Amino acid sequence: MTDASLHKKGKSLLALDARTKKRNAAEARFKGYGIAAIAVSLFFLVALLVTIISNGVPAFTQTYVNVAVTLDAAKLDKNGNRDIDDIKKVSTFGYKPLINAALVDAVAGIETELSDKDVGKILSASAPAVVRDYVIANPDQIGETVAFRLLTSSRVDGYMKGRVVREDLARDKNLDAAHLDLIDVMVGQGSVERVFNWDFVLGADASESRPEQAGIGVSMLGSFFMMLVVLILALPIGVAASIYLEEFAPQNRFTDLIEVNISNLAAVPSIVFGILGLAVFIQFAHLPQSAPIVGGLTLTLMTLPTIVISTRASLKSVPPSIRDAALGVGASKMQAVFHHVLPLAMPGILTGTIIGLAQALGETAPLLLIGMVGYIATNYPDGVASGFLDPNSAMPAQIYEWAKRADPAFYERAWGGIIVLLLFLLTMNLIAIILRRRFERRW
Amino acid sequence: MSIFKMSASTLAITALTATVAAARDNVQVAGSSTVLPYASIVAEAFGENFDYPTPVVESGGSSAGLKRFCEGVGENTIDIANASRAIREKELAACAENGVTDIIEVRIGYDGIVFASQLDGPDYSTFEPADIFNALAPQVLVDGALVDNPHTMWSDFNADLPAEEILAFIPGTKHGTREVFEEKVLAAGCEATGAHDAMIAAGMSEDDAEDACLAVRGDGVAVDIDGDYTETLARIDANANGIGVFGLAFYENNTDALKVATMSGVEPTTESISTGEYPVSRPLYFYIKAAHIGVIPGLKEFAEFFVADEIAGPDGPLAEYGLVSDPALGDVQATVMDEVTMGN
Repeated sequence: MTDASLHKKGKSLLALDARTKKRNAAEARFKGYGIAAIAVSLFFLVALLVTIISNGVPAFTQTYVNVAVTLDAAKLDKNGNRDIDDIKKVSTFGYKPLINAALVDAVAGIETELSDKDVGKILSASAPAVVRDYVIANPDQIGETVAFRLLTSSRVDGYMKGRVVREDLARDKNLDAAHLDLIDVMVGQGSVERVFNWDFVLGADASESRPEQAGIGVSMLGSFFMMLVVLILALPIGVAASIYLEEFAPQNRFTDLIEVNISNLAAVPSIVFGILGLAVFIQFAHLPQSAPIVGGLTLTLMTLPTIVISTRASLKSVPPSIRDAALGVGASKMQAVFHHVLPLAMPGILTGTIIGLAQALGETAPLLLIGMVGYIATNYPDGVASGFLDPNSAMPAQIYEWAKRADPAFYERAWGGIIVLLLFLLTMNLIAIILRRRFERRW
Repeated sequence: MSIFKMSASTLAITALTATVAAARDNVQVAGSSTVLPYASIVAEAFGENFDYPTPVVESGGSSAGLKRFCEGVGENTIDIANASRAIREKELAACAENGVTDIIEVRIGYDGIVFASQLDGPDYSTFEPADIFNALAPQVLVDGALVDNPHTMWSDFNADLPAEEILAFIPGTKHGTREVFEEKVLAAGCEATGAHDAMIAAGMSEDDAEDACLAVRGDGVAVDIDGDYTETLARIDANANGIGVFGLAFYENNTDALKVATMSGVEPTTESISTGEYPVSRPLYFYIKAAHIGVIPGLKEFAEFFVADEIAGPDGPLAEYGLVSDPALGDVQATVMDEVTMGN
């Protein structure tokens, strides 16, 4: 009947009718939307990466000036007996004139309108501390002339990187255009050079007057100790909880309630854990402020649900036949779980753990509340105990701190810090993928 | 199962070390984000020149810092609170309630508050407190009558100002800067325009009129910035017609993006602020818990170092960064040296 009516209208099977055309068009449109969505996300990804890299890469190089400083015995060791306590009494302010004099000598051949006092502005405020540390470590060098490689100020560094231009300096009290002329000549002579900035990767935070000295190294250690706490607490607790819930616990209202709450916990905003950490660990348990152990404990709370959920999923994916076989040959329930199920679920558990850790590594909000933001990451820990307990920051908190400081040079460092952080996250995700690829078994 | 034994023992060890190493050997400071740069500069120099560890400086705002300061005496409370305003009676009472009675007040210097706008933006170069009041108050005096603020352009009330839409980014209420902005600019403008007298004539009590003078219009023309000056700078960058309120030190570090306006005809510089010529400035303080001196190693040394001539003096690194040195620094040094507590 249908065929007959089709023939009557003279339609062939090959010619599309209006409704089919409409359906095909809808499909084509949907594909188009999909491609557009992917294109938009790709565009943003590329834009993000380009911004991060173009803003952050300059932080990995730094401008130094080579100066030979005469360590004047009359100024540095007035009694002349090389007593270390006497030498320590000369503060960095006593070293400043020596370095300034050395710099004036170094530029003596270059014509400049700058006064001798102003020439020193091309150096970082960190220079006297570098020389003083050297003298305290090598008191026998007093009276000699020693070659130092000193940081230049952030404005000079910005000029070398193209961030600071001459016009900007007209109203800047930190540096004049005449300094830049001087720098141009010194670059020609080779005494000013821009080299890879190990201090940024390994160094400590610096105060706002010397962004050129700031590094992310100490806060990297802070992050490391926090991740250690998270790992040694969250992994065993999370795995034990999931094994019990998945393999041993009876199915009743109470365990259902626990399950629902674990899923809910995974969705709790991280700032909530921060305020909990402040109340419980610092105000109640009297753990030290700003310490990585408190940060680690707080992040453990945040990471636990992630680990529990992924562990339970991988335990579930082990087929029941494995358990049945083990029980069938006389294994106890515990033996079946620990000898057979757990090893097979391990790749999934580790992947979940690494992803949980990566999430915790990038977390900033809870750290703001437990005092890990500010001028904090300044001392290297002396050992393991001090690593856990001495005030420190973490990488994302350090980046946040830099981004809000006044000097534009800190902004560059914030972007540089983002690159370091992203490298860590990428590495961790890569390890998770490799683990999954190599060890995961499909049934 | 060894994994469980291992983690159990690590747990025990961590708990143990936590209790053993409770004795704190570094100075802890928290408070005003305006004072933070200065405190961090001093902390850094202190760590370089002394055998004590570098003090830890956190920010969070004057009120938050003083609140933590007043939580009690002991190693898990901070030693020093930074503040961009003097401590209030209420806070002193809260302190006393928690056993924090001996407090040393140290004034480190002065900070100027400046009005700055985009470098290539409209010509905002001269302001009077009256202009700011006319632009931002909810009720202003127009032709002798108190009306809801009708102004949308700067030129609406002062023909010398550019014909640009009014847009101002002012510090949020949790900042100490806001208080200075209200007292030195809005209240002064309120008096100058005659709005204050008009309010009293309209039947307001003296106190109510003063409070009303400090209010800011709520129609989106005056934007509260709760973050740092970096946020204000970003807003100015995005809005060519906006003016922002900054600390002098922040402005001086960002002269490549900002231009500053004079207030009452005076340009804000360290000189004009130290002489008191520039009207919008405020003292910066830090507060020391006297009970911690002798308990926390290096606390008194740090405080003395902070106010030493070579640090806080007119040629020191703090002045170089933008702090206006206290002309009476000698008295402040004596206060710290003799540990003179407040009220004594």
